[in-house]
Amino acid sequence: MDTQKLNIIQAVNRALDHAMEADPKVLVLGEEVGDREEGGIVGATKGLSTKHGEHRVRSTPISEQAIIGSAIGAALGGYRPVAEIMLMNFMTVAMDMVINHAAKLRFMSGGQTAIPIVIRTMTGTGFGTGGQHSDYLESWFAHTPGIKVVAPSNPNDAYGLMRSAIADDDPVLFIENTPSYWTLGDVSGEIIPIGKANIVREGGDLTIVAHSLMVAHALAAATKLAQEGIEAEVIDLRTIAPWDRETVLSSVRKTGAALIVHEAVREFGIGAEIASEISEACFGHLKSPVKRLGGAFCPVPFSKPLETAFAPGAAEIEASAREVAAPQETA
Amino acid sequence: MVDDAKASKDVLADIFGKALLIRQNDERIIKEIKAGRLITPYYSTAGQEIIPAALATCLNPADTLCTIYRGIHDMLAKGFPLEPMWAELAGRITGSCKGKGGTMHLTHPESGCMVTTGVVGSSMPIATGLGWAAQLDGKGAVSVASFGDGAANIGAFHESLNLAGLWRLPVIFLCQNNRYAEHTSFANSTAVERLSIRAEGYGMVGVTVDGNDPDAMYAAARAAVDRARAGEGPTLIEALTFRFNGHVLGDAASYIPSEELAAARAADPVAALRARVIREGILGEEHIKAMEERNAAAIESAVAAAYAADFPDLSEMKRDVFANELV
Repeated sequence: MDTQKLNIIQAVNRALDHAMEADPKVLVLGEEVGDREEGGIVGATKGLSTKHGEHRVRSTPISEQAIIGSAIGAALGGYRPVAEIMLMNFMTVAMDMVINHAAKLRFMSGGQTAIPIVIRTMTGTGFGTGGQHSDYLESWFAHTPGIKVVAPSNPNDAYGLMRSAIADDDPVLFIENTPSYWTLGDVSGEIIPIGKANIVREGGDLTIVAHSLMVAHALAAATKLAQEGIEAEVIDLRTIAPWDRETVLSSVRKTGAALIVHEAVREFGIGAEIASEISEACFGHLKSPVKRLGGAFCPVPFSKPLETAFAPGAAEIEASAREVAAPQETA
Repeated sequence: MVDDAKASKDVLADIFGKALLIRQNDERIIKEIKAGRLITPYYSTAGQEIIPAALATCLNPADTLCTIYRGIHDMLAKGFPLEPMWAELAGRITGSCKGKGGTMHLTHPESGCMVTTGVVGSSMPIATGLGWAAQLDGKGAVSVASFGDGAANIGAFHESLNLAGLWRLPVIFLCQNNRYAEHTSFANSTAVERLSIRAEGYGMVGVTVDGNDPDAMYAAARAAVDRARAGEGPTLIEALTFRFNGHVLGDAASYIPSEELAAARAADPVAALRARVIREGILGEEHIKAMEERNAAAIESAVAAAYAADFPDLSEMKRDVFANELV
């Protein structure tokens, strides 16, 4: 396709449309995905049921277990369903199907069955949606063998990662950030491989590892830091599980410092895993301790000043980056 | 209402043959576990054989089955072969799942055994999806979800029945009501006396039958399968039965009143069908003895082959986690 300016909603929509055109086995299901229900709460599936038929794009009742179970069953029957769980917090309702079944059936069947499904879900703070509509829960899934987790930060990656997720023979959780849905960007139509991070800014003084909305904040921080001569290398993970160790570790070997940023609660978040791997693999290269920034250890609060303070922003990233970029004296 | 079509002599012989193999296999598994040769949790199916045996006479290999940890009877009836089953029970590499699934996750897609779940109720959402696939394929295949009475009280039951009813999917929800959800009696866990009445709430036909009666069970299965193949939607069959053992082997089952258990064992459906096929001249005693010997030999051979096989190499822990082997 020719390069076009699209937002993330449009990029996801385009990827689904193209995948459905290319493979009649691709299906879409979820609450309100059909055009009679306006093609999704943000319109990500708009037009698909009209174009590809309501038998392939099926609006469902509010039944998360049945949505994921039906996707698993259809996959066992030879299809490639893309299931939408409207909000990431609603994954909790479908966890048995996701964790005990989608992720494990291949292994438990000794490779006789495969579950090539994609689960699309959106989340993020910023809209005052409070404690049950805003959480980033990626570490739960990254902690489960058998499921892949991707989280695009821009429209081009959203398109390319969605095409890869649909083509993948394993279950893939596809996390969309709500506040950045309407951010425009060039979409080239390139396929972005799962498991490959993107160095979105090169620099020699520290490595900032981020995904989803935090990439934009990290880039904003890096621009400020450059004004005082600190060059941050910003890595967009794109895929959380399996994460791109090679790209991250070789960057940290070069810069000697690492800061990992995510919106999910900092404690037991993916930053802990990445920090630990960096410490084990790059200990001799490090000029300062590896640092993590994450959401506060509380449910996402409603009140605006609290909600804003909950998630890391560019200012905090900038301050933490300055700290890790400077060589620290050992005690 | 179940029509009162009786099973033909051939069908009765078929049901008996399947039920007999299931019973003999169950007895052998228990024997191997008690002898310490087989190390596995085991959920005996003794007493429930007629249900899947009758249903299976209406199914073919393209029809799919999602069952539960107490599901070996369902799978044997569906055509799961003995050798890969026994090797799986023994955790060997020659098992159907390379020893990585085990007793609670037996899988054999060639015979239509797609999923065995260890989670109560979870056969239903997946079977609903297989029903959707069958509907899209348009070849008349049927998806069966097997589960127990306990599973009728979990959310997955209600979500699945509603979706299957709404989409008119070719799914048979087969509830084997063996009167006990783990240790809890049906009366202490369920607000209604007949689970089949719940079908009406989901826009589908529901029937309660004596699952131990081959005629009644066959008629219910036949009607449900015909309905599904004709595109007329799902059916909930509540098949009343009784399990002869505790929830898991080794459970003393003190929660089952002894007179209740004694009455159920006295009405053993496999023994009853055996007597009937002899009485009605469908199968001769000698013929049945030969069947038993054949089954015993086939089971013996599967057991021996299982024990002679290797355990999986540790490298198997890196395989089948994803499509590509872990590095």
